[in-house]
Amino acid sequence: MTNPLKCDFCPKPATVHLTQIVNNKVHKVDLCEACAQSKGVTDPTEFSSLADLLLKASLNPEQAAAGVRCAACGFTQADFKKHGRFGCPACYEAFKALLEPMLDGMHKGTTHAGKVPKAALSRKTLSDRLTKLEVDLSQAIKAEQYEDAARFRDEINQAKQAGAPKPAE
Amino acid sequence: MTIASLIATPSELTDSRTNKTAIVLMTRIRLARNLAGRSFPGWARPAQRSDILAVCREAVAATAPMKRSLNVAVSELSDLEKQILVERHLISRELSGSPQGSGVVISRDQTVSVMVNEEDHLRIQVLRSGLQLRKTWNAINDLDSALEERLDYAFSPTLGYLTACPTNLGTGLRGSAMMHLPALVIAGQMEKVVRAVNQLGMVVRGLFGEGSDASGSIFQISNQTTLGEAEEAIIKRLSGVLQSIIEHEMNARAKLLEADPGKVFDKVGRAYGILQNSHLLSSGEAMNLLSLIRLGVDLGVFSESHRSVIDRLFIEAQPGHLQHAQKAPCEPGQRDLLRAERLRSEFANLARPDFSAAGEPRN
Ligand SMILES: [Zn+2]
Ligand SMILES: [Zn+2]
Repeated sequence: MTNPLKCDFCPKPATVHLTQIVNNKVHKVDLCEACAQSKGVTDPTEFSSLADLLLKASLNPEQAAAGVRCAACGFTQADFKKHGRFGCPACYEAFKALLEPMLDGMHKGTTHAGKVPKAALSRKTLSDRLTKLEVDLSQAIKAEQYEDAARFRDEINQAKQAGAPKPAE
Repeated sequence: MTIASLIATPSELTDSRTNKTAIVLMTRIRLARNLAGRSFPGWARPAQRSDILAVCREAVAATAPMKRSLNVAVSELSDLEKQILVERHLISRELSGSPQGSGVVISRDQTVSVMVNEEDHLRIQVLRSGLQLRKTWNAINDLDSALEERLDYAFSPTLGYLTACPTNLGTGLRGSAMMHLPALVIAGQMEKVVRAVNQLGMVVRGLFGEGSDASGSIFQISNQTTLGEAEEAIIKRLSGVLQSIIEHEMNARAKLLEADPGKVFDKVGRAYGILQNSHLLSSGEAMNLLSLIRLGVDLGVFSESHRSVIDRLFIEAQPGHLQHAQKAPCEPGQRDLLRAERLRSEFANLARPDFSAAGEPRN
């Protein structure tokens, strides 16, 4: 054995070694007994993600330099560097450039292949459609195009009916 | 349901009706979900957090599995109550230490818990005793679909369910099994198993290696990645890994019994003696001794009916449960006294081991 590894979080020698291989990329974290315990690595009941730990250990400080800010919640790249978590769902769009290289090697793939929230998505499609129809309607009224307006009103009523909650069983 | 009546009812994990719990003590799946258009809990302002909490608690309580559930804000719970819920795996340590504006809804049978404003708006969890990945997945999938009728989830067609940490993106699914692997520990094979399991993208938690066995040879195996694979595929992969670990443990037990039965019987017999007679037991030592008695049950040295007693004690010998039974807080040193007393009285009536009955390991 050559020189023993140092803990990634403090100067003590590392005795717990975590290796994760995802998509042939090797992620390694070396921890001392105390840090392993405080981070829940050795606790069989702890259920939080070990990947968090690997993520934080691999975050590059240079990535945090750019001054991007999420318009929806005010989160910055520096905040992400600090917390290792995002501020809101819209952050995924705002920090796309930071996220993409990170995802590569974090998961099995980079595109979702699982369940889709069908009910929520159809609600969203419906509400987007209603918003658009309301705008069309008010424009038609303004322009005194009453035939169009009547058509838009019918479409709005139909859409609302289709989206109305089903009676309870 | 109130917290007092929930605590007074034994948890799913101590259910004596199922005896298919050799090697795998517990199966657990959780889904991470968030509401669209809202800041994640760690970044939300206090007013936003209470808003999210109210919306989520109401939606969760309205689903079928959560009829007459316990529905509380974390701030309404005492430290001891929180500790007991952590020991029963119904809330996380992170939630129990979280600031204002978080809560939990727990089903009457204690198999379902939904944490609100932990790392994500919703952490849905279903647990079952024994190895029941498929059933657990079906139950949590149904509950998630019912919730989605009421809540607008943050979702992207390319990234899946959007979570506070990118490590949970996609399915937001973490499946796990709590496994009892004493023979692999005694035979010194755990390190090899952990390496092999890591190669397959799964994580092993627990203590192994010489002299570090303070958690009763209990390990948690779970999937590491959540994006790029369907839920069923993740569960199938995890299930395959669990099956192969079970086989390795069974082989290790058979080999131990063949090569050195005296060594195994000595450990089991001593554990029985200490549990019947000791007056000071730390939590770690108690876990270890109970683990050996459990191995004795698996090997046929103790009656199968002892299993539910041991599994109950795994939980009830922990500090929160001990203090609750005592109805008063106590110092750690006093706890070791209490724990030994409790275990002495439980083991006083437990039939002696019959080493001649050890045959082919049962499964
Ligand atoms: Zn350290
Ligand atoms: Zn944001």
